[in-house]
Amino acid sequence: MRRGSSYNLEKRKFVVIAMTLLIVIAYIMRLFFLQIMSDEYKQHADSNAFQNRVLYPTRGAISDRNGNVMVYNQPAYDVMVVMSEIENLDTLDLCNALNISKDFFVRRMAIIKDRNKNPGYSRYTQQIFLNQLSAEEFSAFHEKMFRFKGFYTQKRSIREYASGIGAHILGDVGEVSTANIEEDPYYQGGDYIGKLGVEKYYEKELRGTKGVEILLRDARGRIKGHYQNGRYDKRPVPGRNLTLGLDKDLQALGERLMEGKIGSIVAIEPSTGEVLCMVSAPSYDPRIMTGRQRGKNHRMLSADPRKPLLNRAIMGQYPPGSTFKTSQALTFLQEGIITPETSYSCSHGFYFKGLHVGCHGHASPLPLQPALGTSCNAYFCWGLYHMINNKHKYGRVQNAMTVWKDYMVSMGFGYKLGIDLAGEKRGLIPNAQFYDKAYKGSWNGLTIISISIGQGEVNLTPLQICNLCATIANRGYYITPHVVKKVEGQDLDPKYTEKHYTKVSRKNYEVVAGGMRRAVLGGTCTGARIPGIEVCGKTGTAQNRGHDHSVFMGFAPMNNPKIAVAVYVENGGFGADYGVPIGSLLIEKYINGKLSPASEAKAALFQSKRISYGDRQR
Amino acid sequence: MVTGRDRENSLFKSIDWICIIIYLLLLAAGWISVCGASYDYGQTDFFSFDSRSGKQLVWIGLAVVIGFVIMMLETKIFEMLAHVFYGAMLVLLAVTIVIAPDVKGSHSWLVLGPVSIQPAEFAKFATALAVAKYMNTFQNPELDWKTLARSALFVLTPMILIVLQNETGSALVYLAFFIMFYREGMPGSLLFCALSAVLYFVVGVRFREDMIFPGYSSGGGSALTSGGEFAVLLMIQIFVTAMVFVYTKAFNVFKILAGVGIGGTVLAILFSVFAIPYNVVWMQLILLLASIGIMLFYALRDRIVEYYYIVLFALGSAAFFYSSDYVLNNVMQPHQQARIRVVLGLEEDLSGAGYNVNQAKIAIGSGGLTGKGFLNGTQTKLKYVPEQDTDFIFCTVGEEEGFWGCSLVLVLYACLIIRLVIMAERQVDRFGRVYGYCVLSIFLFHLFINVGMVLGLTPVIGIPLPFFSYGGSSLWGFTILLFVFLKIDSGWSASKR
Repeated sequence: MRRGSSYNLEKRKFVVIAMTLLIVIAYIMRLFFLQIMSDEYKQHADSNAFQNRVLYPTRGAISDRNGNVMVYNQPAYDVMVVMSEIENLDTLDLCNALNISKDFFVRRMAIIKDRNKNPGYSRYTQQIFLNQLSAEEFSAFHEKMFRFKGFYTQKRSIREYASGIGAHILGDVGEVSTANIEEDPYYQGGDYIGKLGVEKYYEKELRGTKGVEILLRDARGRIKGHYQNGRYDKRPVPGRNLTLGLDKDLQALGERLMEGKIGSIVAIEPSTGEVLCMVSAPSYDPRIMTGRQRGKNHRMLSADPRKPLLNRAIMGQYPPGSTFKTSQALTFLQEGIITPETSYSCSHGFYFKGLHVGCHGHASPLPLQPALGTSCNAYFCWGLYHMINNKHKYGRVQNAMTVWKDYMVSMGFGYKLGIDLAGEKRGLIPNAQFYDKAYKGSWNGLTIISISIGQGEVNLTPLQICNLCATIANRGYYITPHVVKKVEGQDLDPKYTEKHYTKVSRKNYEVVAGGMRRAVLGGTCTGARIPGIEVCGKTGTAQNRGHDHSVFMGFAPMNNPKIAVAVYVENGGFGADYGVPIGSLLIEKYINGKLSPASEAKAALFQSKRISYGDRQR
Repeated sequence: MVTGRDRENSLFKSIDWICIIIYLLLLAAGWISVCGASYDYGQTDFFSFDSRSGKQLVWIGLAVVIGFVIMMLETKIFEMLAHVFYGAMLVLLAVTIVIAPDVKGSHSWLVLGPVSIQPAEFAKFATALAVAKYMNTFQNPELDWKTLARSALFVLTPMILIVLQNETGSALVYLAFFIMFYREGMPGSLLFCALSAVLYFVVGVRFREDMIFPGYSSGGGSALTSGGEFAVLLMIQIFVTAMVFVYTKAFNVFKILAGVGIGGTVLAILFSVFAIPYNVVWMQLILLLASIGIMLFYALRDRIVEYYYIVLFALGSAAFFYSSDYVLNNVMQPHQQARIRVVLGLEEDLSGAGYNVNQAKIAIGSGGLTGKGFLNGTQTKLKYVPEQDTDFIFCTVGEEEGFWGCSLVLVLYACLIIRLVIMAERQVDRFGRVYGYCVLSIFLFHLFINVGMVLGLTPVIGIPLPFFSYGGSSLWGFTILLFVFLKIDSGWSASKR
């Protein structure tokens, strides 16, 4: 380069030095302009800068399937404090105005200033001092507020419930925890977040988006207007309203009937998978979970030995008892183990190779539909025995078990169904590995015979039992049960419209539906006969260490079903004792829109019935 | 015989104390700023290890220890091990891409138990040593293209690895090495072309939508000229005119070009404003073509080859500007365009604070002549300024120490860099000089971008201010960079004695 030229590269050091000086001089000139020539920036900062005022969106309302509002918002007021602005505070006066003790004041101030408990603390920004003042408390305080420099109020809204029903589905909102804030930076201390039920599952849809106003303040804290005329302000986006599949009146009836009992009711509209009612007893009044008493009440409920906070409809895992026989009949038919005409004999039970499973008295031998109608234990024991021990068809028992398990899983058992509520349990469907481990590889159809009648290792949630019933009502498919029918301005999650077909054909479902109809007409659930409605049903009496659990599942009308219901009453005795009457009342109420006077009397009777449970932790 | 004691004595005497004093002053000022920036009301103990100021004090202590250890080493070690350092650092950078956890999209931090380090901060030092050693093997003062290209490869490799870590800011620092290449013989025109390309792009994109020269009579309703296009074409015109003056020394041609270019543009603007509003850019393009025609005429008449290069520059400039503009606006997807604008700091990231730079300017502007005093800044305390103790630390200086404090800090940096130029020039071999220029170029680049960003003059590129920004990795990286040079330099001055 520049070969032969006398150009001296060393001179280039002056270019580098000049560059350095140029940059530094240019920057000093810029600083001179910013810091000395211009007053604008100084004024901005002198005015103690900006106040970012958060604009809270209204949370979406929740209504039932008929448009009755169940949860809405009510104004409430938070008292805010800016520590750096407190001057000559008369503590006693303030405590009187807010109706709090001096002790509380001291403690609260200490908590606000403690960075471990209040990570976003700054002396210059508003901190929540007291939350959720009612309108009356607020107006009393607001009159005197001029005396307390540094204290402000802020309008918020709190949740209000139209009635005391549906606590487990609706859920509640509470203040965000530190963990919530770390997980999602959207939240700040003092914000509300859904804690249970739909409020939790649909938090993102319900909450909306916070807005912000950037205000300029003068040195005395007076608001001087919006920064850059509101260019950086953001309007809050209100949360979306939800419509539930729930029928408010049906839910109320269900909760009434379950008073004094432990257990659960689930009702589903088979054609859509929408949950019409979901009761978990004991329940509680959701209205106690709002306002300043929430913490106290929540502690009280969690300490209750009967665990009212537990949503037994999706978290309780129970032996399904005889309701499970329908799924067995479907499997055996599809696998060709039996035909509808196959008869098995029963002499008060199943006797084989020294094994005995008891049964009650009925005619013998019976083909499938009457066996379902009378809930014959022996019939399904024989069926399972012939299936699992069918070496000719499956080879090893393990293979037969795997086929059986696949049928069960296709019906929605053994895994979470995927309802839009948090905390769903999966139940238990044993598989070949499970038994290989339990019996060290040496087992056969007889060893596991009790699963055929819904006992033994099999566990389902009431939701899964109801879904089984809805699948039979649909003759072969189900739509994942869901509580929310519609999110305003948004499509429903496609997984709640998709049909899940089981491994069993429609023809075989017709047979089982016929068996369930037979149970109502002249079998175990004659108590579910309702004039003018073709009800199909199946009872269950689940054996238990204590008193048996009473189970019922049914759907109606037989052709073109509108409702599928499952009732599970812990320690309720025979299926016909509690399950059938409660289930039939719900069916009648939903299909007819009201109860007949005779049924009304029956409802009152069952409402008043109490089951004694003792003090055992449940 | 040189005894150990003599060696220490001679080392003590041969250290460049001016440099050390500036270094210590910057460290002290930096720590005070970190105290101010990370200070929380109610907290009184700056020395507590729980606070950032306390931690920074520990990092500073360790930095001084590192500096001391380097001074104790043999000078030869650095040249001997240069390629080893460099190779190890490349491996470390590559490994970091894979194993580093995702921190805001970048994979640049290695987490070793309680400490996290950023290998990119140490890679600058290794690269500087390696490139210095490589260039030292050529004793001819005039470097040829091939050597230069190979040396550039030493710089570009770690740069690409750091881009892959998604730390574009840290990668851009490697552009600083071209200042050193310039000193070592890279043609100045190359540096100038690169700088003008960046200038065209940034100015063009930034002011593209700002319409200027509204018609006087129509009351401002008909501004048809894009500010960005106008500014870029004006720059090309000015550069061309100046180049004619510098390279051909033909004063008469310079006068003609200045008259056509500048005079023509002024007339064109006046016509647009007072007569018929139109897009002034068309007139500028015609004027540029006219200038090219004039130069070609003189090139043919006087047989001066420089004119052809200047014409090439003019055409290349216009072609680069319009093609980059076209690619940005027509070829790229909207989200890619937005990404580039955000990276260039031309568009504020709306999901972020939205007005970072403005807040930084307010913080600095509110400082006034003497500042609000130590710990009295409200703007930084209110956490309006993002990254107030790392990339935006200069805000704290501006708010609390005012114009005097800021100017003093800038002057200190200028002194340090100029002192390093003097020291680099006195090195006996190319190794020391190249390394010295690398060090000062890196400091200059960081100063230029970081302070410029805070003052709203350069794009927002997140790189630290040497010795000021909170954090161990960058502090140690800069300390190693500086002290290795001090050690190399002490060898020079010892040999003189």
